[in-house]
Amino acid sequence: MDDSYKVKPAELFLTFSKLGLLGFGGVMPWVYTEIVENKKWLTAVAFSELLAMGQIIPGANVTNFSAMLGYRFCGLRGAAAAMLGLFTFPLGVAIGFATLYQHFGHLEVVQGSLRGITAIAAGLIISTGIKLAKAQPRTIQALVSGILALVAVGLLKFPLPWVVLTLAPLGLFAEAKLTR
Amino acid sequence: MNIILVLAGHFLLLSLIAVGGATAALPEMHRVLVTDLHLMGDEQFAHLFAISQASPGPNVLFVGLFGWQIAGLCGALVSLFAMCGPAGLLAIGVEHFGAGHQNDRWYVVVRRALTPLSIGLLLSSAVLLMKTSQKPMALGLTLLSAMTLLKFRLNPLWLIAIGAIVGGLGWA
Repeated sequence: MDDSYKVKPAELFLTFSKLGLLGFGGVMPWVYTEIVENKKWLTAVAFSELLAMGQIIPGANVTNFSAMLGYRFCGLRGAAAAMLGLFTFPLGVAIGFATLYQHFGHLEVVQGSLRGITAIAAGLIISTGIKLAKAQPRTIQALVSGILALVAVGLLKFPLPWVVLTLAPLGLFAEAKLTR
Repeated sequence: MNIILVLAGHFLLLSLIAVGGATAALPEMHRVLVTDLHLMGDEQFAHLFAISQASPGPNVLFVGLFGWQIAGLCGALVSLFAMCGPAGLLAIGVEHFGAGHQNDRWYVVVRRALTPLSIGLLLSSAVLLMKTSQKPMALGLTLLSAMTLLKFRLNPLWLIAIGAIVGGLGWA
């Protein structure tokens, strides 16, 4: 596990900058190619373990992943370098687009395009949800917990903090009791 | 200044409860920023999200765009750091103390308990976004993108381009 000498913060920053700018509609597939296949910083197994950890921690998955990887290689400086790399340039691009939107957003063609993109994005999210569901063991408690979350937030519009602070402990309790 | 603090508080809290990532917390951002605080309109909210999808970078960037719309560059940076900071620190803590424990029982239990929650929340976000347009073509685009991405490995940018064109023609 002696990875610490291999990578410097500057290299982490540059690598994650590149990944941020390459990643349209999600950065993760690019991260795999670059980190595992090109740079060989992680094995495929270590990658999926780190990714799985990043996914159970709240907040943005790829950000958590970059923080953990950066920390593993060079401590807090590495974590900061990887996270900043991921954001800095894409945020610039997105704000550029948003500035254009402020000037031209009233045009019907722009509004129509953005509605079209929103519809596509909804489908993208649904496909992500279905892919996650397929990889899950099919249990009653998982089904109940998923449906309760969808109804509480999607239909009844309950505040997320209450929903998570209620359903997460219940889910943990049920899993701890029922999973052997 | 006040509005910056409001943004910071909102996203700091979200950072630690956003099970399933930033996208899963979209309905909560809508509830607070649009419905409760009236900091932007329904349409603007959806449009900024769409812009983030057409930009490169991690999904969570739309948080920066919401902040930017409400309070400029300072709002963007504060929102993004607030959304990513606490979760990032938690991730670092897990890496520090927990690396190599992926096969422990507690970890399997946590993952199995939280993933269904994430899925329910992600679908809630999709429901929110699908309300943006009532046209049948918009529903068609949603189904097209979901089914295509389930069946094929395809860069979502192609679908986003199709959505932009179909929408630009006034059909969605």
